[in-house]
Amino acid sequence: MVKGAKLLMLNLVCILLWSGNLTSAGQTIVIKGSTTVLPVTQAAAEAYMKLHPGMNISLSGGGSGEGIKALIDRSTDIATSSRDIKEEEVKLARSRGVNPVAHRVAIDAIVPVVHPTNPVKNLTAEQLSLVYQGKITNWREVGGKDLKIMVISRDSSSGTYETWGEKVLHGARVTPRAQLQASSGAIVQAVSKNRYAMGYIGIGYLNKRVKALTVNGIQASAETALSGAYPIVRPLFMFTNGRPSGEAGSFIKFLLGEEGQKIVQREGFVPIKKR
Amino acid sequence: MPMTRQRREEKIRLTFFIFALASMLALGLIVAFLFREGLPIFKEVSVADFLFGTEWYPTYDPPEYGIWPLLVGSLAVTFFASLIAIPLGILSAVYVSEIASDAIAEILKPVIELLAGLPSVVLGFFGMVVVAPWLQETFDLPTGLNIISASLMLAVMAIPTISSISEDALYAVPREFKEASYALGATKFETIVNVTIPAALSGISTAVILGMARAIGETMVVLMVAGGAAAVPESIFDSVRPMPASIAAEMGEAPFGSGHYHALFAIGIVLFFMTMIFNLIADYLSHKFREVGSATL
Repeated sequence: MVKGAKLLMLNLVCILLWSGNLTSAGQTIVIKGSTTVLPVTQAAAEAYMKLHPGMNISLSGGGSGEGIKALIDRSTDIATSSRDIKEEEVKLARSRGVNPVAHRVAIDAIVPVVHPTNPVKNLTAEQLSLVYQGKITNWREVGGKDLKIMVISRDSSSGTYETWGEKVLHGARVTPRAQLQASSGAIVQAVSKNRYAMGYIGIGYLNKRVKALTVNGIQASAETALSGAYPIVRPLFMFTNGRPSGEAGSFIKFLLGEEGQKIVQREGFVPIKKR
Repeated sequence: MPMTRQRREEKIRLTFFIFALASMLALGLIVAFLFREGLPIFKEVSVADFLFGTEWYPTYDPPEYGIWPLLVGSLAVTFFASLIAIPLGILSAVYVSEIASDAIAEILKPVIELLAGLPSVVLGFFGMVVVAPWLQETFDLPTGLNIISASLMLAVMAIPTISSISEDALYAVPREFKEASYALGATKFETIVNVTIPAALSGISTAVILGMARAIGETMVVLMVAGGAAAVPESIFDSVRPMPASIAAEMGEAPFGSGHYHALFAIGIVLFFMTMIFNLIADYLSHKFREVGSATL
């Protein structure tokens, strides 16, 4: 009983602290959503806060779906998303008097990654699809060692998962044997330590701990993403309720401006082309 | 002033009654909410298809809501966690209460209880970055995020529950029992095995069941360490996706009022019934093995 009471107290304290965070709005922008967009947003938020002292930006991940849900619940000012908003989400938003407005802030290529010691260098889009459907199960079948393929996927709340499902699997089901990871960072962590593994991440998450595969012989890069040669490309979004005004608006303007787009590039993503 | 004293008694009684009522009310409301949000899924899928369907694709079109792989995943990690936690929990309780010297018991007891205070996310993280890679490399497995590593971490969480409740039960065994045993010439070991443990059995079995109930409902650890594959496992080195992990991973994006949303609450109902069954068993066992007191033995 005593333990229960203590836990309860702890919970109450947490809830108080948490709601305190929400209500102390004033000069605060709340941003929620995609873990893919998170590093860019983080860097941009830091730069922006330096330019505007006294400004407070509260950032959290959770997935594109969560961000959009938060926008609909009005618990965030900006929802970041690595996929476009779905029709049902727009409908739901409208029914609650929320008008989601999309802003493309960067372009991302999704890159299949493997352990650095994996000899496989390239997969065709077809092979990728078969691997993720669980129809190719051994690296030998695609020119690698005789090892089982440990398929790692993002969880279904991820925009990256949705884009992957659309552009690689064309709507086919991901094998139920696939492991699910909650963020791109977790995929890098899992793949970097596992020579059986295969995963996919936004290009901004590429580093030396994992090896990027070429798709149809084409390497993912800013150039191939912009030219359309690389097949798995998607825009990254920020959504606001109505045309952005006030602080949220000026933050998005900052991100779309010259300095913001430099940050996008520095974080490994592809800047939006100026029209 | 006998009247005021009585009135005070009455007031105290009422206060306690209200507090007890409040917790019952809270439980009632939670259960009502759980059922209200979960039951609508059974308009889309039958109870049998929900429980025994092997395809869990709630976000596809058309969606499939079969939770059998999740159910098996939950039972598998709980079973293996129990295999590890029950002997360790009970034996450590026996050691602390019966064998260890006071000085050692003074150290051991709080250390074991401290285990209970470890936040599950810390355990999960430890499992993810230390235990799983170690298992994977040592046994050259396709993945370290599997039933075994999840069970190990869950066992660590269940041990303090099992240990501290068993310990209380062992302490509660009347002194006369042991003294009678010694008087008959039994050794310390014989006394523990034949007298103390059987006398404390009701408490120990409650401890075991509550420890298992804790393992089956644990969320963070299985979310981080079990791997999250929604397929019925074929070996203990396969990834699984226990029910609480599914709820935690998917509730965030399930649109309010959708089939997916209702399905996740229905998983909550299944979990509720499982923990309830565990508690009923614990209750039954504690009555069945109840010690009738030293006078009647």
